[in-house]
Amino acid sequence: MKNTNLPKKYDQNAVEAREQTRTLTPPVDIFDAGEALVVVADLPGVDQEHIDINIEKNVLTLKAEPSTRVSEPNLLHEFVLYPFYRQFQLGETVDQDKVRAELRYGVLTVYLPKVAEKQPKKIEVKVA
Amino acid sequence: MRNFWDPFREFEALYREMEQLFDQVNPVRRIFGRITDGPLSASYPLMNVGEDKDNVYVEVLAPGLNPESIEVTVLNDQLRIAGEKAPLKTDIKPEAFYRCERGSGRFIRTLTLPMEVESDKVTADYKNGILLVTLPKQAASKPKQIAVKVN
Repeated sequence: MKNTNLPKKYDQNAVEAREQTRTLTPPVDIFDAGEALVVVADLPGVDQEHIDINIEKNVLTLKAEPSTRVSEPNLLHEFVLYPFYRQFQLGETVDQDKVRAELRYGVLTVYLPKVAEKQPKKIEVKVA
Repeated sequence: MRNFWDPFREFEALYREMEQLFDQVNPVRRIFGRITDGPLSASYPLMNVGEDKDNVYVEVLAPGLNPESIEVTVLNDQLRIAGEKAPLKTDIKPEAFYRCERGSGRFIRTLTLPMEVESDKVTADYKNGILLVTLPKQAASKPKQIAVKVN
């Protein structure tokens, strides 16, 4: 899988608002589970309704918006949560209609099932 | 207030600048701290600590923990947080991995709180991968408003 981390300037999938162009790249595990590819991403502080998974032109885009914090960290400030953003180039083998995802304890798991072996297309040649 | 020149503070600033440079090269590197055996292991998990008049709030950035493994203990002004980041299923072959960035394993982190807290009233909530510990301050640690008399 090719990873296209950075939103490009004229990329349609890039985050729109200029103030929000600061994003975090979530760490991921990606592995082949035989019948599917599995993408596991750490997305702490994100509610289920603020996750946007999108596949367009074989590019998987993960966007997620963390919820607001509880208190102002005025004693120790080690992390800041910006919106999460990451893109992956998918191969032709993913069945894009059967993709499903689940969120648990701040970890998103996306299942990308592979298509059944594609039959070679036979083209009839008509002889006039 | 710090009004003398401290060379170690300069080193710290330099160190932070270098860290930022490394972060630009590999953005995943430090977002959530790291689980390692080296001296950096103390930086996992990352924490934000804040206070208001009545409570101290500790936010711990720790997605994917086993909820049963989380242990929060308070002794005097010492807060200790231990847990385990759940590993993936073990039957995945190493060659099946395209990317492996998340890591897993056990951790312990201790934090010295700026004041003593009511240890039996401490609450901890694990939601969306963030552990929020709320520690009510002891009455003696709460700020007191002092009236200014004007003569």
